[in-house]
Amino acid sequence: MAKAASPRAATPARKAPARKAPAAQAAPTSATVSNRERPADPTRYEASKAEMLEFYRQMLLIRRFEEKAGQLYGLGLIGGFCHLYIGQEAVAVGLQSALEVGKDSVITGYRDHGHMLAYGIDPKVIMAELTGRAAGISKGKGGSMHMFSVEHRFYGGHGIVGAQVSLGTGLAFKHKYAGDGGVAMAYFGDGAANQGQVYESFNMAELWKLPIIFVIENNQYAMGTSVNRASSEDQLYRRGESFRIPGIQVDGMDVLAVRGAAEEAVAWVRAGKGPILLELKTYRYRGHSMSDPAKYRSRDEVQAVRDKSDPIDHLKKELEAVGVTEDELKKLEKDIRTIVAEAADFAEESPEPEAGELYTDVLVGSY
Amino acid sequence: MPIELKMPALSPTMEEGTLAKWLVKEGDTVKSGDILAEIETDKATMEYEAIDEGTITSIAVAEGTEGVKVGTVIATLTEEGEDASAATPAPKKEAAKAEEPKAEEPKAEKAEVPAPEGGAPRQMETGARDLVAAVEATSDDPEVPEGTELVKTTVREALRDAMAEEMRADGDVFVMGEEVAQYQGAYKVTQGLLDEFGDKRVIDTPITEYGFAGIGSGAAMGGLKPIIEFMTFNFAMQAIDHIINSAAKTNYMSGGQMRCPIVFRGPNGAAARVGAQHSQNYAPWYAAVPGLIVIAPYSAADAKGLLKAAIRSPDPVVFLENELLYGQSFDVPKLDDYVLPIGKARIAKAGTDVTIVSYSIGVGLALEAAKQLAEEGIDAEVIDLRTIRPLDKATVLKSLKKTNRMVVVEEGWPVCSIASELMAIAMEDGFDDLDAPVKRVTNEDVPMPYAANLEKAALVNVADVVGAAKSVCYKG
Repeated sequence: MAKAASPRAATPARKAPARKAPAAQAAPTSATVSNRERPADPTRYEASKAEMLEFYRQMLLIRRFEEKAGQLYGLGLIGGFCHLYIGQEAVAVGLQSALEVGKDSVITGYRDHGHMLAYGIDPKVIMAELTGRAAGISKGKGGSMHMFSVEHRFYGGHGIVGAQVSLGTGLAFKHKYAGDGGVAMAYFGDGAANQGQVYESFNMAELWKLPIIFVIENNQYAMGTSVNRASSEDQLYRRGESFRIPGIQVDGMDVLAVRGAAEEAVAWVRAGKGPILLELKTYRYRGHSMSDPAKYRSRDEVQAVRDKSDPIDHLKKELEAVGVTEDELKKLEKDIRTIVAEAADFAEESPEPEAGELYTDVLVGSY
Repeated sequence: MPIELKMPALSPTMEEGTLAKWLVKEGDTVKSGDILAEIETDKATMEYEAIDEGTITSIAVAEGTEGVKVGTVIATLTEEGEDASAATPAPKKEAAKAEEPKAEEPKAEKAEVPAPEGGAPRQMETGARDLVAAVEATSDDPEVPEGTELVKTTVREALRDAMAEEMRADGDVFVMGEEVAQYQGAYKVTQGLLDEFGDKRVIDTPITEYGFAGIGSGAAMGGLKPIIEFMTFNFAMQAIDHIINSAAKTNYMSGGQMRCPIVFRGPNGAAARVGAQHSQNYAPWYAAVPGLIVIAPYSAADAKGLLKAAIRSPDPVVFLENELLYGQSFDVPKLDDYVLPIGKARIAKAGTDVTIVSYSIGVGLALEAAKQLAEEGIDAEVIDLRTIRPLDKATVLKSLKKTNRMVVVEEGWPVCSIASELMAIAMEDGFDDLDAPVKRVTNEDVPMPYAANLEKAALVNVADVVGAAKSVCYKG
């Protein structure tokens, strides 16, 4: 039995009432909405033990990877901006487990490490990019915010808040144009949800029935500004309604609830019904970036979410309930620590890019 | 007195038009708001409405007549109570023709074009006319193999042909923008594309530049080859984030893994009497950005050959057209696949005494100036940069080595301009070849004013180019 954590923006430390079906809180029907077809309320995904273990492994990999990245930042090995995904793991894992790597496109903003790991991209080349090394996925020329894997159909990694929403809509345009059956998933935060281009993209996506899942990762704070200090409509899943894009609010701290919503969303979009909007209520434990002291919220608030709503702890309890032994979980943890340690060593030991790399990749052609 | 109905100016740049169709005949009574005729401009077919009430007493210009100058009397109207017989007699020939039932092809028989009556027609005053006049006065010879047939083509048609040819050749190429499909292009550049390629590949967007520039960039990252039309580059300011932050940086930031083969195109630079927000040259803005290709052609042949190259380029291209040039005709080689190299300037006119470098509509001024300079015994060489980034330094420096003097002509602001860049290049790489300081002739360093006299004063002009060239030759 999963506890559905639902930290709210206004009083995130408030004890969230447990709900059986987290999506029920977001029942989008109202008198103002016409009788257009709407997606069904998603149900919590009924995962097999093997699937649950895989979700757990992926979430733990992201958690440990990000903790290590935080350490390397502290050691001066990672520079500039570094936005950690700790606390939000269930979102990327739950959603992307419903996609097909190499067929469906994923695009996100600058908090991108988790989405890459959840799409099966090698932790070594990600970590080596964070340290700015030649072996990094962008040859060390992109950095934390600018990583891509065209092979996986992971299209970044974008540093401008909201840009990925239009770009992602373009990826969906490509899927439809090519008729390749793929869908695009564009992640953005509660902060980006106020950018104008998001709504320009909503409009065209619905107008042209593009296969795209818009995902708002509402982690309650746009840098230091809480949702309800910045958003006149703080129920962000409603933001697509005036474009006729149905919205669903999802408990982003419960990987199975997330996966359940993903099932519904993917089915809707693949069926050619146009875009859908998911609002994932989640929480980041760390500051906005490594240089953010996070003075805009109390330590208690963060601790309360960690204690009551941690996505990894929750799934661990469910795994134990279905008979996964302590030893099995310990071994998994150990394996992950090894992977992360190896990635860190690789990232530290790999050489920096050759000086000549400065001038390569500016243009593809020679003119 | 009968009221004279005159050929109206239906756009800021319209000088003449075709009287496509009369919807009234002599003797008809009309009231205010009735549609009298359809008039074709170079951009669109427009309806011509009656303002006054009365009876059409004469039709002076037959339907199907092309090249009717703005201000020409095309019909007369007598108001109620007036003696219609006192009306100015219409030229019988045209009037008679107008009454004949028309064949299916109204343009098959060309009617005589009457001259505007009562001296010069009253046209809108604009400094842009001087720019266009300089273009019209020059000729342009594309470099093609001996014996290649040349076809007079407008820049507008050349651009359309380039897109159509590339779309035929590659299914991944599509056009997206405001009014590109059903309206046939705000400036008619995409005319006919919807009919040939359908609405999957010729896509009308809402007026949301930021959004569709992003969608285009995303589609390019996904592997398609979008052509994004901005109605004008002034509106691309809404979208410049995607041009610079998304498109231009993709390849570098991804270590060469992810490309963005996209063309952003549309008119750039001053048009006629449209004021400060609609008259600016963005070439220096985009040319400052590594990761972008910036092209600004002058002639129709270059427009065609370079747009084809731009569409094929694996890199993001900003393709700066010019509204005033759209209607200008140039020789375009009749070749199956006329593609020009990006990054290569062209000697538009060879000379030995002074190098005049320019691009886009400025080339017309430079060529006209060269003509006038020749009369004074100065043999100027004119270089059309064509591509602004990467800039063809070699061609400029080679010319400088020959002439030892240089003037840069730019329809744009002087500060941080392509002109200032060329001056820096001359200093850094051509200093020993300089016999005089380089001069730049540009627009004035002010927002474009609306008033005709001020607009004229703000724009770059031929006399200043001639003056600058003489000055660097120490003959001024």
